[in-house]
Amino acid sequence: MRAAVSTREKPRRLAGGSLVAMAVVLSACGSGDTPQNTLAPASERARNIDGLFTFTLILAAVVFVLVQGAIIYTVVKFRLKKGEEPKPVKQIHGNTRLEIAWTIAPALILAGLAVPTVQTIFENAESPVDAIEITVMGHQWWWEYEYTDLGVVTANEMHIPVGRDVFLTLETDTTDVIHSFWVPRLSGKRDVVPGHVNTITISADEPGEYLGQCAEFCGLSHANMRLRVYAHEPADFDAWVASQLAAAAIPPDTDESLRSTGWELFISKGCAACHAVNGTEAAGGGLNPGPNLTHFAQRNTFAGALFERNDENLRSWLANPSAMKPMQPDLNRGMPNLGLNDEEITALVAFLQGLT
Amino acid sequence: MATVVEAPPISPPGAQPKGGIWAWLTSVDHKKIGIMYGVAAMAFFILGGIEALVIRLQLAVPEGSVVAEDAYNQLFTMHGTTMVFLFVMPISAAFGNYFMPIMIGARDVAFPRLNALSFWIFLAGGIFISSSFFLGGFPDGAWVGYSPLATQAEVIRMDFWALGLLILGVASLLGAVNFITTIFTMRAPGMTLFRMPVFVWMQMVVAFLLAFSLPLVTVGLFQVILDRNFGTLFYDAATGGDPVLWQHLFWLFGHPEVYILILPAMGIVSEVLPTFSRKPLFGYQFVVFAGAAIGFLGFGVWAHHMFTAGLGPVAETAFGLMTMTIAVPTGIKIFNWLGTMWGGSVSFTTPMLFAVGFVAMFTIGGLSGVTHSIVPADTQQHDSYYVVAHFHYVLFGGAVFGIFSGVYYWFGKVFGRLLDEPLGKLHFWLMFIGFNLTFAPMHILGLNGMPRRIATYGDGLGWNLWNLVATVGSFIIALSILVFLVNAVRSYRKGEPAGADPWDGRTLEWSTTSPPADYNFAEVPIVDAIDDFWYKKYGEDDNHLPVRLDTDPRDLSAREPDVEHHVHLPSPSYYPILLAVGIVTLAYGFLWLPIGYLAMAAGLGIMLWAIFGWALEDIDHPMGDGNGHGDGGDDGGGRDAAAELVGSGAEGTSE
Repeated sequence: MRAAVSTREKPRRLAGGSLVAMAVVLSACGSGDTPQNTLAPASERARNIDGLFTFTLILAAVVFVLVQGAIIYTVVKFRLKKGEEPKPVKQIHGNTRLEIAWTIAPALILAGLAVPTVQTIFENAESPVDAIEITVMGHQWWWEYEYTDLGVVTANEMHIPVGRDVFLTLETDTTDVIHSFWVPRLSGKRDVVPGHVNTITISADEPGEYLGQCAEFCGLSHANMRLRVYAHEPADFDAWVASQLAAAAIPPDTDESLRSTGWELFISKGCAACHAVNGTEAAGGGLNPGPNLTHFAQRNTFAGALFERNDENLRSWLANPSAMKPMQPDLNRGMPNLGLNDEEITALVAFLQGLT
Repeated sequence: MATVVEAPPISPPGAQPKGGIWAWLTSVDHKKIGIMYGVAAMAFFILGGIEALVIRLQLAVPEGSVVAEDAYNQLFTMHGTTMVFLFVMPISAAFGNYFMPIMIGARDVAFPRLNALSFWIFLAGGIFISSSFFLGGFPDGAWVGYSPLATQAEVIRMDFWALGLLILGVASLLGAVNFITTIFTMRAPGMTLFRMPVFVWMQMVVAFLLAFSLPLVTVGLFQVILDRNFGTLFYDAATGGDPVLWQHLFWLFGHPEVYILILPAMGIVSEVLPTFSRKPLFGYQFVVFAGAAIGFLGFGVWAHHMFTAGLGPVAETAFGLMTMTIAVPTGIKIFNWLGTMWGGSVSFTTPMLFAVGFVAMFTIGGLSGVTHSIVPADTQQHDSYYVVAHFHYVLFGGAVFGIFSGVYYWFGKVFGRLLDEPLGKLHFWLMFIGFNLTFAPMHILGLNGMPRRIATYGDGLGWNLWNLVATVGSFIIALSILVFLVNAVRSYRKGEPAGADPWDGRTLEWSTTSPPADYNFAEVPIVDAIDDFWYKKYGEDDNHLPVRLDTDPRDLSAREPDVEHHVHLPSPSYYPILLAVGIVTLAYGFLWLPIGYLAMAAGLGIMLWAIFGWALEDIDHPMGDGNGHGDGGDDGGGRDAAAELVGSGAEGTSE
């Protein structure tokens, strides 16, 4: 028989790290530095979820403390001290009453959890009333939004009014892959599945910017498929819609400006094969649709909400898109390198930045 | 009560050739196969660990630039695939192979050559998948291989993945059939099902889970391969195929798989805790039934991996509630482990440290698992780092801690020398601290909105600190593994001799020598109780306290095998490894058609050669015995000597 060696201070540390972690989780609620924080809900549905989670977490924390406490207590009480030889102990094989007790107790706790869970599942699945309807298309690796009744088409940055439900229909091309639409502060996530039509309702209490990103691994640039939702006061939202419905700022033919050159290049280089500019000869579409650029200059970001829209970033992008964000243009996934020279890039950037 | 069984008169022990690479390649000895499983699994563990370290380096800071997206996607796919299929599963098979037969008092498994085949197919499959690194890149569609991403990928990476998993599935299925048959037919006299060690019970539950769940994913994998290579449209939404079908098939396998990974570790812990508490397992029957219940329920919860797929509130409710119920048998196990230590004389050896660490860490994983069953909450947690934290608490804090508990517990039995205790404790504490530093922060990251499987993340999302902490933690884990490796090599060479029974054990493996002879037991043990070996060593005094008996009737280790009662061992065979080579040749050929048809033909040829050779093989092979026992009446025309031997053992069992 090998002498048993006792360890010092083991039990307390056993659970220590996890307890600290737990405390930090709880205190992390509402942190302003975490724009994708699920614990800082900003809509009714997200609050429903958060409330339910907090309730569960408290129960779990109680169970955690009890069980880890029991482990620590047992280990401290019954461990052999240093140099102590193992003692003969009673060979107890079990206790049926205890078994029944610790079968029923967790079952009761779970039953208590089940009730609000089922309630919330159905509550959050309720169809919204008087909602703004948007069709969300997931693409490798960007988001397209089509406002059903308003006729607005835009990309990556969604604009919604505060205090009103927004009913999202999630779709994707049948040749695309599964994505998942997730703006943590506004709701849980919902997958975008080829051949399926999924729906989810979001809303926002307060005006502001809400970040999100694709949550289902969708290939090469999954990490770079981000999105954001801008919530506005109703009047501001109406103004945004109006500006989106305005005619595109296309330079007139007679214009000799850089922008006009850019517009010509936009057509001649084939940009229009993928990118639509509404109300012009650039109809867009085709096998490989890219973001609608009608009011590109109203957006803060581009390329899957990955880069700030500024001249410098746009220049690098046009020079070599896949170097900034890995894509597979040869497989119709993402923007090809058009081999543009510096002058062409300058003109195109001027044109794009003029699409207000 | 069982009668004394005459060991059947057969060939002398040691029929297997000793030493040499050929002995390993052709061995059908469950112990040698177990060791090979263990060593191979550890090698893959290191590989998967290195992948994890690169992942953590990449994520240490925002906009990480250690690897590009393409490489990152390959790394996390292979990290998951490697750890699940090439480490935890095979190392559980290693323990099962080595100890399950000994713990039920058998001399080998029911089908020794099939056992060898399981191992060689596993190794071939593991090398096959991993070799993709040199042949166009690792698979890059995540370990769950969701279609249509998996069917869309244009290069052969995901073919490697799908074919590799099919090959590994064959290995697991063969192992499962073998284990089930062994446990049902080869137990020593008196070893009733409810006297079996819980470790054996858990191996049996796992074998059934494998047998029932693998066919489901096999169908799915074939569909992926057909879609990718032959233009079928199972997962092509454009023609009415359904990507969600894959998720159902995968998780119908994938959730039982979780229990396939954790139950063997639970079995190990259920052996270690009683030994070092010097008490029987508390509530043996309840622990067994809870394990079986987890197995059954595990088939009814697959869709909780799909709570964001749009199944609708009714299905979500059903699967949410069903998932909650799993917490009940899991809780029963945890409480019974506590009950085992309660009132015991608890010595904190390294295996015990890992076992208690298992209970504590697994509890955390179990609790976060309950939060997943809260469907609305799961729509936030799903595919976030919260889930990554959860399953690492289950599979690392759980399975891996359990596995290392088993390694420290049984190393001395397998190699005759104990692992060093101070180094073992250093290993434990480094791993315990590193593990919690790595994975506890991931709960926070997930709740703060960090999705999993992202190669980079932006600055300003509030994820920087915890990612850095996690990376530091992962290197502490790596350090702990280094300590273990040093310990293993040193102790293997010049560790403290283990002796037959270093821990004052309770189960049959401690009644035989360390390492056990080829035939395990000179005489087949006769079992009278749970923890039979303990009760053969200890009586009870008036206060019901154990008292060491003067005589030690079960300690047969010193006894020379009875020359009158030879032990028949199956002969070595090179057909299992040959068959595995054939299968993997076939698979490689398939990847490079049309020129690969040549390799496929060669593979098929090798397979046919191996199958026919196997079928026609003389089991009294020249490599085996030379004493012509074949004319003995008890050879009875049965092909498998080991089955025969325990066949006669089983006769002793029946009244």
